[in-house]
Amino acid sequence: MADIIAWVTSPAFIAYASIVGVVFMGLQISAAVMVYAERKVAAFMQQRLGPTRVGPKGLLQPVADIVKLLFKEELRPKAADAFLFTLAPIISVATAYLAFAPVPFGAPTTFFGLLDEPMALQVSDVNVAVLVIFAASSMGVYGIVLAGWASNSKYSLLGGLRSSAQMISYELAFGMSLATVVMVAGSMSLREIVDDQQGYWFGFIPQWYIFLQPIAFFVFACAGIAETNRAPFDFPEAEQELVAGYHTEYSSMRFAMFFMAEYINMVTVSAVAVNLFLGGWHGPFIPPEYGWIWFLIKLAFLLFCYLWLRWTLPRFRYDQLMSFGWKVLLPLATVNLLLTAAGVLYFGL
Amino acid sequence: MSIGHYLVLSGVLFSIGAAGVFLRKNLITLLLSVEIMLNAVNLAFVAFGRQLGTVDGQIITFFVMTVAAAEAAIGLALVIGLFRHRESLNPEAFTSLKW
Amino acid sequence: MLFYLFAGTAVLGALLVVTQKNPVYSVLALIGSFFGLSGLYVLLEAPFVAVVQIIIYAGAIMVLFLFTVMLLNVPREDAAEWDRTHPLYRPMAVRIGGGLALLLALELGWALWRTAGLGGGVADEHPAVSSVAELGRVLFTDYMFAFEVTSILIIVAMVGAVILAKKREE
Repeated sequence: MADIIAWVTSPAFIAYASIVGVVFMGLQISAAVMVYAERKVAAFMQQRLGPTRVGPKGLLQPVADIVKLLFKEELRPKAADAFLFTLAPIISVATAYLAFAPVPFGAPTTFFGLLDEPMALQVSDVNVAVLVIFAASSMGVYGIVLAGWASNSKYSLLGGLRSSAQMISYELAFGMSLATVVMVAGSMSLREIVDDQQGYWFGFIPQWYIFLQPIAFFVFACAGIAETNRAPFDFPEAEQELVAGYHTEYSSMRFAMFFMAEYINMVTVSAVAVNLFLGGWHGPFIPPEYGWIWFLIKLAFLLFCYLWLRWTLPRFRYDQLMSFGWKVLLPLATVNLLLTAAGVLYFGL
Repeated sequence: MSIGHYLVLSGVLFSIGAAGVFLRKNLITLLLSVEIMLNAVNLAFVAFGRQLGTVDGQIITFFVMTVAAAEAAIGLALVIGLFRHRESLNPEAFTSLKW
Repeated sequence: MLFYLFAGTAVLGALLVVTQKNPVYSVLALIGSFFGLSGLYVLLEAPFVAVVQIIIYAGAIMVLFLFTVMLLNVPREDAAEWDRTHPLYRPMAVRIGGGLALLLALELGWALWRTAGLGGGVADEHPAVSSVAELGRVLFTDYMFAFEVTSILIIVAMVGAVILAKKREE
């Protein structure tokens, strides 16, 4: 008993628990911040102001949204399968959080000398981190498909099936671009991939993979946007087409969970893109211990790009979407894989 | 955990799968039971591979998984075709060739 | 301790698959069972196989099953029909089947009892090889032929599935 207490109060455990807490709360707060940012960015792009009444400059809008969602009535259609109806949003949210677990967001740090040895700013440091993220996003398909099925309504079922067909189609291109990056880096651990992107060429161009693998970045970006069901690939949840797709019948907390799951998936895909292609937490002018500041800056930029794309591009029709995934993105990713393999083998990239 | 634990578990899973194949009257659940059996075999392979310290157990697992994926795809395509023909998923509805 | 947790999940999931009447619940139970198996692979120091199990089995094959179940709108098995024709309700079948199962269990127990060297842990004799690089190396050198044959198998399965499931345009 005494050594359990000693272990729980050791600085390493407290540091680790606070990392886990920071990641968890950070993801939730980021979902709330994204709600606000989305509405403001959309507003400014459409030359209007967006939320301005709640709090100064509308900053408390997410709080108002959360309160509204909490107090709404919890509806459940009578013919819906109760167990699956409740399970589906849980799966969505759980896999969204799970996908962020192996993502590192800072250099290993000793927290200003508190710890004896540096601890990585990562919830779990696995050798096969890239694959774990891929696995967690494959599991996210179930939340959507079960939501569509359990609601027992035409629109939901169609929306659910279409959305999950889209997600599993784009998973292939996603995986291929991941494989390409792993080939260049020589490791599947995200921390090693980021550390491989240190340094500069010619003194000022950072050695990021986006310069080595622009095609892989393009494929990853398209596949990532399609995986998270965001515009321009958001046909299955488009309001004008399918009422609201797979979450038509959901209200209050369960809808909030789908909502949160979508934003957290966006954050995860952006975080993985930052780590794989944009050099993670490396950047000029800031000492390596505060690398997470650069990480947050790059992450914020990518999230802004997500919002930018949503409010600028029109939506793809479903058959255009599927043919783009299978006939354009997948061959492109495969050819890129072949060329990269040749490059790594003969030129030692 | 000794190898015996893993083998007993593999045997138990295999027999549950086999029981499912014999007892269930739904083609899809039958295919699921076959998947359980394949997984039991995978577990035995990985356990033995670990005991011998080689990597062969894991590699054979990939082949088993690939074969299971191919078999699941074809099996489900056949089930869809059968369902369209007879509107039923009960294996006993497809006994026209029986003696 | 973790072994029993994962093993229990795997066995419980398998039992639920075989006993549930609603096929959607069977598929979900099997996914739960796969998670238990994946945990067991991690305990056996094969993290790559564990993650690949989740990606391929739980993430792709089971989605295929779920799609089929939903597209065919598979009805729940009728409870009355189940009671009437279930083999477990036929006394002779239960006796013979139970006898055979007991025989099998006894044989397995005897075989395990008589085998030497089962006492130690799985991990005692040789160190683990769990690096993905080593897996890839062996896969592409020693098992090259099987790998190529597997790729042909997948293409055949893909083409076959598309042709078999197509609606006949009469």
